[in-house]
Amino acid sequence: MTRRHLLPLVTGAGALAAGFVLLGLGLALAGYDAPLAMSALWRGAFGSWDAFISATLVRAIPLICIGLGLAIAFRAGALNIGGEGQFLVAAIAATWVGLQVGGWPAPLAVTAVLAAAMLAGALWIAFPVLLKLKFGVLEVISTLLLNFVGEALVSYAVTGPLQEARHVYPASDPISVAARLPVFGGSRLHWGVVLAGIIATLLWLGFTRTAWGFRLRAVGLGSRAAATSGRIPVRRVLGSALLWSGALAGLAGGLEVSGVTYNLYQNLSPGYGFTAIAVALLARLHPFGVLATGVFFGALEAGAQGMQRDAGVPAVTVSVVEATVILIVLLVEARARSGWRFRPATELAP
Amino acid sequence: MNAALLATGFLAAAIRISTPLLLAATGELINERAGVINLGIEGGMLAGALAAAIAAAIAGPWLGVLAALGTGMLVSALFAAVAIGARANQIITGTAITLGSVGLTGAIYRSAFGVSGPALSIPTFQAARLPLLHAIPVLGPALFEQPVLTYVGWLLIPLAGWFLFRSWWGLALRACGESPVAARAAGVPVERVRMLATVAGGALAGLAGATLVLAQVGTFAERMTAGRGFIAIAIVVLGRWRPLGVLLAALLFGAAGALQFALQAMGLAAPYQLFLALPYLVALVALAGATRKARAPAALGE
Repeated sequence: MTRRHLLPLVTGAGALAAGFVLLGLGLALAGYDAPLAMSALWRGAFGSWDAFISATLVRAIPLICIGLGLAIAFRAGALNIGGEGQFLVAAIAATWVGLQVGGWPAPLAVTAVLAAAMLAGALWIAFPVLLKLKFGVLEVISTLLLNFVGEALVSYAVTGPLQEARHVYPASDPISVAARLPVFGGSRLHWGVVLAGIIATLLWLGFTRTAWGFRLRAVGLGSRAAATSGRIPVRRVLGSALLWSGALAGLAGGLEVSGVTYNLYQNLSPGYGFTAIAVALLARLHPFGVLATGVFFGALEAGAQGMQRDAGVPAVTVSVVEATVILIVLLVEARARSGWRFRPATELAP
Repeated sequence: MNAALLATGFLAAAIRISTPLLLAATGELINERAGVINLGIEGGMLAGALAAAIAAAIAGPWLGVLAALGTGMLVSALFAAVAIGARANQIITGTAITLGSVGLTGAIYRSAFGVSGPALSIPTFQAARLPLLHAIPVLGPALFEQPVLTYVGWLLIPLAGWFLFRSWWGLALRACGESPVAARAAGVPVERVRMLATVAGGALAGLAGATLVLAQVGTFAERMTAGRGFIAIAIVVLGRWRPLGVLLAALLFGAAGALQFALQAMGLAAPYQLFLALPYLVALVALAGATRKARAPAALGE
């Protein structure tokens, strides 16, 4: 194993260790029973086969899908910080389609739900793409702002057009049985996990073996140089990278409705769109790396629920670990100056 | 309800809502003029809001303000260490800072006040009437019967204008935002200037959080800033990186927020989520219109 491969592993492990030490210290300082909380976190994520399959892996699926999408965009130097909004809007679309397809054969119904979700995710980011290419608006800010619009839309949907029949709860009716993804016997793990693996493999092939992957990297490494070469349509590469990242975040929203919740409600996402940034960065934008870091952060989310249940520590606390991991990875990357670095594509060819 | 009263009420609400945005945007303006784009001001604002709530509950609103200033500076110092000290990507650093602030404030709030939070009793700033000026019909009660922090926000605008465009330090700061290489050649300590600018901007973000708690909402809630820090970044673009422009843009967003109350008073029934989403939509449209017309500091984000 060369140094090039070793550094990210050491960094990642170190960052995670630091995050956990910080979490433990913070919990102790805030007056919680830190050992109890940490062991509850562990049990919630890895305590049993069922905890791993039904909690950790189930939460890893959306993180992996969004993270893979972010890997596409980040590779091109396009910073999509709107995964949360794309996820939520896609969940609305998935729920709506899932309510309509009652009589359909199951494979067709599920496909329709997931396709609608991907389309919705792509459409939600199409607006920032348009603003970027037509008006030069930084996609960072536009995608961020649309997260809040997406939240408002979910809130409207579950109290308005998609509210359950009795109009009591801010939630939709369950989608029809045909539109639900099958689960692996006895667990809560749905077939989305296979889909996530397939997409990761396809992306790995795409990144390493195709001209598309090369163009992404070229634009990400220097959009002006790429444009000057005359052989790379920078605007199209950037636009399509963002659209795909939106579509994959959308797929995550579709899988969540079709495989886990079966309906739409507020707070459907515990911040998957933001956690996925840590997932993609820690994996250094490598698709198989995203599978690993996605499972890890899925474990963190699952453990957070366990921590809240058994030790009374608010689940939101784990986002401190996520933030620490991102910051340390950034620090080490910046210090090492080796391998991949961010060069946001702000210079666009006219 | 007569038209004059309605206009006064609308204006007063618009100004009240615009104040935290104005303070945060003024801070971000100073950051961006130095070449730093700080998405962490959302986190600084949130942390400042919690610090203000806790300190004010213990020792009164002015200590709340102080605590918020200090907390905002602390949060932005962390950003500065990573993004400027180590030259890590500013946008991802800012996102991480905000993410961490959401987690930390949520955890501290719940451990201090419980899950539902037995409504914090916080002493707030009452409206301070400016003598004579408040007697102006319609405008007077709207503009000059505001909490002290609003006036602070207004005073900061000419102050920022003087500092940025009339003082030597302002020139040095803008040089760091336009061409750090040239600034360095002229003997300006670029990293130090950028760090100071970031910390000063962070102090204003904290103050914005304090304003939200002590002069607008009156209590703390998890994630209560709800993207106001990001809207402040849009305000800086819309204000074309100039103090007066920032003031006008902040007022526009205040008006967008106040529209909710005005339309409800007029009996217009629309889903309230539309009004929730309105400021963000306004920000997007404003960005589309303003981005190409104004030139950002050339070295922004580098």
